[in-house]
Amino acid sequence: MKLILLHKLKRVQLGLGLMLGIVFGFLLQKGGATRYDVIIGQLLLKDFTVVKIMLSAVLTGMIGIHLLRSLGLVSLHPKPGSVGTSLVGGLLFGIGFGVLGYCPGTIAGACAQGSLDALCGGVVGILIGAALLAALYPKLEAGLFRKGSFGELTLPGLFKVNPWVVVLPVAGLIGGLLFWLEKAGL
Amino acid sequence: MNWLTAPQYSPYVVGVGIGVLSWLAFLLSDKAIGCSTAFARTSGMILRLVRGRKVLDMAYFKKFAPVIDWEWMLVLGIVIGAFAAAKLGGTFKIDWVPPLWAGAAGETPVLRWAVALLGGIFMGLGARWAGGCTSGHGISGCLQLAVSGWIAAVCFFVGGIASAMLIFKVILGGGA
Repeated sequence: MKLILLHKLKRVQLGLGLMLGIVFGFLLQKGGATRYDVIIGQLLLKDFTVVKIMLSAVLTGMIGIHLLRSLGLVSLHPKPGSVGTSLVGGLLFGIGFGVLGYCPGTIAGACAQGSLDALCGGVVGILIGAALLAALYPKLEAGLFRKGSFGELTLPGLFKVNPWVVVLPVAGLIGGLLFWLEKAGL
Repeated sequence: MNWLTAPQYSPYVVGVGIGVLSWLAFLLSDKAIGCSTAFARTSGMILRLVRGRKVLDMAYFKKFAPVIDWEWMLVLGIVIGAFAAAKLGGTFKIDWVPPLWAGAAGETPVLRWAVALLGGIFMGLGARWAGGCTSGHGISGCLQLAVSGWIAAVCFFVGGIASAMLIFKVILGGGA
């Protein structure tokens, strides 16, 4: 496969990462997702821009990735998880999400559009938080992180079915939810 | 409407665009889009400057070496792309405090920056605790139908709605 050769070209990959990032940042900023007001508006359930962006990205991405996978062109990289990592870490992240009003990707874009609270407060905080986790890691890794471990499980793997048996209903649910959001005027 | 100078896109255009971007990331780079590991690596780089080479012996930085990788370049790209989008769309503005916060808590930067710092600490800790952020779990994890991604994404929003509601409805008294 020519693509596998491409994946091994380190410098080319760094350039590709940069180019994909430029498009990602451009889209996030144009979508308003780099704004504190838009993210907090979502968490206060007043402005559904963030959910609309995320759900339409998941819908598009999910169908495309599973098609490419069925064609043998890509392989999936589901992250491993456990109750101790995904649930506890997810809630900690969530608290930060509501207090900070940006996330690690959108804060990079927020800094670039002139939001000084992102640059002078948020980024510094995320770097400190990541360092804190690095310091706590040996203890957590030996304890809480192992609680309720399920590994690199996917929903089709959990139900032991063909991926499309999950992709299609999830696509229907996301489509329905987006349709309902628009109909409700949110 | 000129796509470069438009101040704002429909969320669906942006979402579909990010979905297509995820295809390209898998296809061209064999990677899922994510952002928070880049912050962990940057933390390691800074710690290494301050505390020297012993930082490299920490178990965490053996797993996530403090080096510039694909994802680090992706985050650098976000900065460039968002800057271009804001400049072209005429939405670039030096904002000491976000408007919504200013309306509810006043325009003093120190308070907002301190709160942002605290929120950032929780976010950096939580992102690396969960092994991903809104991009890595919320978009890439969910689109791969990863169990870790769906659990994390639900928890991001549960925690986020709770803390945002607490701040705006209780502490700041419903000003927003």
